[in-house]
Amino acid sequence: MKIHISNGRLIDPKNGIDTHTDLFVAAGRIAGIGAKPEGFTAEQTIDASNLVVCPGFVDLSARLREPGSEYRATLKSELRAAAAGGVTSLSCPPDTEPVLDEPGLVEMLRYRAKKLEIAHVYPLGALTRQLKGEQLTEMAELTEAGCAGFSQADTAIIDTRVLWRALQYAATFGYTVWLRPEEPYLAKDGVAHDGEIAARLGLKGIPVAAEALAIASILRIARDTGAKVHLSRLSTAEGVDLVREAKKQGVMVTCDVSINHLHLTEHDIGFFNANCHLRPPLRSQRDKDSLCAGLADGTIDAICSDHAPVDEDAKLLPFAEAEPGATGLELLLPLTLKWAAQNRVSLIDAIARITHAPALILGIDAGELSVDAAADICMFDPERYWQVTPATLLSQGKNTPFIGTEVAGKVHYTLLDGQLVHSL
Amino acid sequence: MFNPQLDKDGKLKHLLSIEGLPKSILNHILDTADSFAGVGEREVKKVPLLRGKTVCNIFFENSTRTRTTFEIAAKRLSADVINLNVGTSSQSKGETILDTVENLTAMHADVFVVRHAESGAAHLIARHVQPHVHVINAGDGRHAHPTQGLLDVYTIRRYKPDMHNLKVALVGDVLHSRVARSEIHALTTLGVPEVRVIAPKTLLPGFVERLGVQVYHDMREGLKDVDVIMMLRLQNERMSGALLPSAQEYFKCFGLTQEKLALAKPDAIVMHPGPMNRGVEIDSAVADGSQSVILPQVTYGIAVRMAVMSILAGNS
Repeated sequence: MKIHISNGRLIDPKNGIDTHTDLFVAAGRIAGIGAKPEGFTAEQTIDASNLVVCPGFVDLSARLREPGSEYRATLKSELRAAAAGGVTSLSCPPDTEPVLDEPGLVEMLRYRAKKLEIAHVYPLGALTRQLKGEQLTEMAELTEAGCAGFSQADTAIIDTRVLWRALQYAATFGYTVWLRPEEPYLAKDGVAHDGEIAARLGLKGIPVAAEALAIASILRIARDTGAKVHLSRLSTAEGVDLVREAKKQGVMVTCDVSINHLHLTEHDIGFFNANCHLRPPLRSQRDKDSLCAGLADGTIDAICSDHAPVDEDAKLLPFAEAEPGATGLELLLPLTLKWAAQNRVSLIDAIARITHAPALILGIDAGELSVDAAADICMFDPERYWQVTPATLLSQGKNTPFIGTEVAGKVHYTLLDGQLVHSL
Repeated sequence: MFNPQLDKDGKLKHLLSIEGLPKSILNHILDTADSFAGVGEREVKKVPLLRGKTVCNIFFENSTRTRTTFEIAAKRLSADVINLNVGTSSQSKGETILDTVENLTAMHADVFVVRHAESGAAHLIARHVQPHVHVINAGDGRHAHPTQGLLDVYTIRRYKPDMHNLKVALVGDVLHSRVARSEIHALTTLGVPEVRVIAPKTLLPGFVERLGVQVYHDMREGLKDVDVIMMLRLQNERMSGALLPSAQEYFKCFGLTQEKLALAKPDAIVMHPGPMNRGVEIDSAVADGSQSVILPQVTYGIAVRMAVMSILAGNS
């Protein structure tokens, strides 16, 4: 299919382009920018006036609930949500049932996702078998099967020697290790930031020290082993400071923050709003401000949706018993735009954090609009407001702290390998 | 953010937590309790205010004392009372809290008195009951136990009517205590100028001072010149481990003895929400002594719960 995207505002952070120009797509790839390539006859023309045309978004953390929890969401429902949110590549953590620690499981997931042709799925393999933090997985085999990196999901490795060995082994092959920094004993049973709100509501707290201690030890081990480490979903000001310092010293570390933590604090829990039960917990205003600033100054590399669809029953429980997580794929763009507007970040810099930057972390060819690159393209109206309601979300998970609110930024078209996978 | 305890006219709809309730509502409850205080001493211990209404005690966590006082209060108001210990039946069969509540609503209960081991359970139920149903929180996790907080300030008011001139000390396990949180909010809302908490750091939540209290770790210093001492219960499983080394050491540092009581004002009163651990948080001589108002607390508890139920039913 040959597509002519006309009159759009083309924004491609990788190539530093922000200009009004046309884009030409042929055979699943970008055939030309600006001038029409020779011999190009469009079979379809998309009028992108008033729309931003940018690379499809790359999401570093989306739980698709397959295999294992299909009653909550299916690959199909969540990939459709991804397309509706302009996300064309996403990585999913290995804490499925069964855990993604066998090449066969990874191949199966990749195959099922590929067949749907809605978004590219890059599974993260388990770093240790069953995520138990004891025995390493076959990282080379898993990489061959399609893993983009190795992760412990939300289960920390308690034995620091195993962590050391895992990073050494991954470093042998140059694999990236993804860790959500949280010291498991300090965080044990905790459900909220150990602060004023937890004190008032009588919720068990997770102290800032849990994140800071974990980051400090991970960075120390990363320095010695030379492993590439990606820290998932920072939540504290202290965490941002530690990463900033480590980057200055040349440690190979990247990190991301979730859309929720850029906008919400512990106070949003209000009267036990279970939609605000998230991992890591929502923290103080000061932490939130530091995350926003750290993202703006480049300490934090990317924004992720931290998509976790939870069925309604699992949220209709007292706060601590409710399952943590929020749906996010369709909110990645609007909440990124909101952060940019509030922190005076330009549109191109904001889009970089959900395209080129996460693509670099994943080590994939995506998140750019260069000629001959895959035509994974998102077209959105940054000014269009819409209300987040169960009906407007395609994801099977309707759980988000933003339910009922109005957000700006609506995706009109999404192309995957030159095929229209979403249109408004 | 709307206050889930109040209806659109600002009247009390549910009693979930003391926090967020205006002083006028607290005083209204306490004044109403005054009018019920004599009912228990009459020959006919009943008033007909809740005749034809059904009060349902749903206890997801076991309790005898609180449930009994609610039951007596409801019966003195002429309500029909149903007691359900859900902890032992439905929940173990996989029924969710809201299923249980829906079932009971179908039986036309008017007031739910709820206790649950998790903070926020009463709020969850209040959000999902039908408009005519009132929810009273009888204790949720570490969060709140508002009727206990109310009966404690009621007791204080009986003995020390000038609330604006008091120093009150809470001693013990504030971290795990819903009673402490409700007491603190009740005292600060009613204008008590100085509320102190006395405990080791392991038994205090982080940022406890944001609740409007002064923190003391030395009991002798903390008890100096106070008018009211409110002791908190220390649960057995917390007496030895990473929170505290032993019950003996706890008693030595934070137990209330005659000698430490002497540091408070000579007419200070001693309170305890019960059940007491004699020799752990409080010495028997103090618990049974002349300054103890622990038994009157129990008696007043019935009047306060009658007041809460009658006000809620009146606001229907």
